Amino acid sequence: MSEHPLLDQQFPEWVQADARPGYGGWLVQAAHLNDVARWLRDQAGYDYLSSVTAVDYFPEDRMEVVYHLYRSTGGSALVLKVVTGREQAQVPSLTPLYPGAEFQEREVWDLLGVRFVGHPDLRRILLWEGFAGHPLRKDWREPFFEEEVKPFKSRWPEGHVRRAEDGNPYGDNLQYPPDFDPDSWQPQGEDALYAKFQRRADEGIHTDTMIVNLGPQHPSTHGVFRMVVQLEGETIVDLKPVMGYLHRNHEKIGERNTFLQNMPFTDRLDYTTSMANNFGYALAVEKLMGIQPPERAEYLRVMMAELTRIMTHLFSIGFLLNDLGAFFTPSLYAIQERELILDIFEAVSGSRMMCNYFRFGGVVRDLPEGVLEKVKELVLERLPRKIDEMDAYLTKNEIVRGRCEGVGVLTDAQAIALSASGPVLRASGVPYDVRRADPYSIYERFDFDVAVRYHGDIYDRYLLRLDEARQSLRILQQVLRDLPEGPVMNGKPQHLVRVPAGEAYGRVESPKGELGFYVVSNGKPNPLRYHVRAPSFINLTSLATMARGEKIADVVAVLGSIDIVLGEVDR
Amino acid sequence: MNGWGIVRGMWVTFRHFADTYLEDIRRGRRRYRTAEGIEQRRRSDVRGIVTVQYPEEKLPVPEEFRYLPFLVYDEGPNGEQNLRCTACGICAKACPPQCIWIVRGSDPVTGKPITAPAEFSIDIDICMNCGFCAEYCPFDAIKMDHDYEIASVNRTQQHIFNKQRLMRPASYYASIRPTNAAREEAARSAKASKKPAAEGSTN
Ligand code: SF4
Ligand code: SF4
Repeated sequence: MSEHPLLDQQFPEWVQADARPGYGGWLVQAAHLNDVARWLRDQAGYDYLSSVTAVDYFPEDRMEVVYHLYRSTGGSALVLKVVTGREQAQVPSLTPLYPGAEFQEREVWDLLGVRFVGHPDLRRILLWEGFAGHPLRKDWREPFFEEEVKPFKSRWPEGHVRRAEDGNPYGDNLQYPPDFDPDSWQPQGEDALYAKFQRRADEGIHTDTMIVNLGPQHPSTHGVFRMVVQLEGETIVDLKPVMGYLHRNHEKIGERNTFLQNMPFTDRLDYTTSMANNFGYALAVEKLMGIQPPERAEYLRVMMAELTRIMTHLFSIGFLLNDLGAFFTPSLYAIQERELILDIFEAVSGSRMMCNYFRFGGVVRDLPEGVLEKVKELVLERLPRKIDEMDAYLTKNEIVRGRCEGVGVLTDAQAIALSASGPVLRASGVPYDVRRADPYSIYERFDFDVAVRYHGDIYDRYLLRLDEARQSLRILQQVLRDLPEGPVMNGKPQHLVRVPAGEAYGRVESPKGELGFYVVSNGKPNPLRYHVRAPSFINLTSLATMARGEKIADVVAVLGSIDIVLGEVDR
Repeated sequence: MNGWGIVRGMWVTFRHFADTYLEDIRRGRRRYRTAEGIEQRRRSDVRGIVTVQYPEEKLPVPEEFRYLPFLVYDEGPNGEQNLRCTACGICAKACPPQCIWIVRGSDPVTGKPITAPAEFSIDIDICMNCGFCAEYCPFDAIKMDHDYEIASVNRTQQHIFNKQRLMRPASYYASIRPTNAAREEAARSAKASKKPAAEGSTN
């Protein structure tokens, strides 16, 4: 498609097309990355930097930092790559141009050891300072290393069982950097963290700000998550989120796994939206394999994804109310609907939350008997009523409005610059929905509106989720009307799929935002690189902007309105 | 008018509250602790309370529900337990967290490998209940169980299930997954009638 500018003609000196088979996009010289990016942002409309990651081509001395840029008006990705060596890996930071890169660049530094020159606050983000090395580098091995890739040879035919824990005894299951002594260690990371807060210059009366840690153990954070807030009285001057408490290096596990083995692992990212996670990963690998699911499977996929959206949006509204102090009555009403949808997932996939329902080229199984009737009852009868009930219950409530209207505002320009996605982006007046902006699967066939609200406050994020649940019902009605008969899987189910070498980025509009999977294959049974663009994580980049100037009590509601799941934030 | 929104919201809560009692009166004793009552509480037209009083009441699980794998054996005429497993190793290779361990059996005389497992172990602490083993086993020899009440008192001793612990008769399988068992049975007999005695291990 010629929708993208030809960068090698625009910048013949600096940019080259990536001509490796299976690859695309542009190789940009590190020294000129900022110039090219500035031109793209200001002249060519690529105002949305969605994903930043890197690939380690060990044993070659080659690291590639990969950027996916979009126009916030829609269209496919423009991919930039910058090559650097492995020792002293460094590239210029794009954070000054695209503030949304801040956390992602920190993540690349943390996990792959690429320095971003010009980054305002380049610290580890998911791991701590006592962690040795950068785990996503191909030559990094875990202390309980078994083999580079699965399947491990010790399991068959001479699989003499041993307990995983015995191979990984407590105390030996970690490595420290050289010259690191855990007993005498003082957390310098904390100082670095606090040092980033600006001290106020004296203005007449000397007042000092106060630093308060909310979390890691805090009921408002929906998990183990920490917010360090700098306060002036009760007003938030600045905020830094600290995460990674639930980090398990999903991506490293993913690179040890075979392609298919990753499917059940994606369930565990955002464990409330496992169907959507399956969807994104299946899309990415199907792109690489060049296959398409059959018609009926496409409809089933959309059906599951939209049921997930309704369920998650109701759920998040319920929990937003928890955060506002309406303890559990609204969220239990939401959970009641969620249970009915989970019943469907369980009947179809075998599990309520860890669905593992998608396969490359289709879905595991067709709807068992009686399930379609249940879906019909829900979609045509119950859920519209219940969404209206939620609306009647909360929308006009004066306390909800008082707490939410005008609080935690994110403007449209800020939302785009900060790479916010999903409900956060659309509630700020940017009608950007991957299902419309860059349609995947069969979404082009459905008639629905991209929900959008314009104030960018908590209240609009709440309203937007209600709007979107209603639009999902519209899609589901069309799915039920058009659902064709036929197979649900192309080809024979295989546990080892052949994936040609190349790269692919599959993205879906998950209920939390743009969920992307960047997968690189080198033709082997295991992915060379498996990266998750996690919407919950990247949406947190805008938390500080939303919270500044608000009262400390509101930060809980602001966080609730972003709707994060720590399984996905920390990966 | 200020306050009207709260009143309207409270009305929703009140209706939920009242429904609980109205349903109880309407349905009587059958609403609790009966299969019918449980079924009624998870229908899409349910009103009032929906919670299930576990463990007094248990939700029935759907046929496809998966928890831990088990090994299927066919019962011979004299009570033999013929494991279907051929020790082909596909499940062990497909397993994402690599928690299946198989020692392939060997002929006691020649020492050549045979198509039966000598040992078959699953570390259930590691199993992620994904169902791949059951999905990709070419011999319908490993299937996912419905029994989720497997708490034990000794984590270090009791969480590796050996072959003996994993074995269940085919009749049990047919009882928890009737549709699947019937479909697979039909496929097997169709195949058997086409090419008799062509059983072997695949790799
Ligand atoms: S795939 Fe089936 S036959 Fe092969 S080893 Fe596993 S259980 Fe046995
Ligand atoms: S269910 Fe999944 S994790 Fe468990 S043994 Fe089977 S393949 Fe392995």
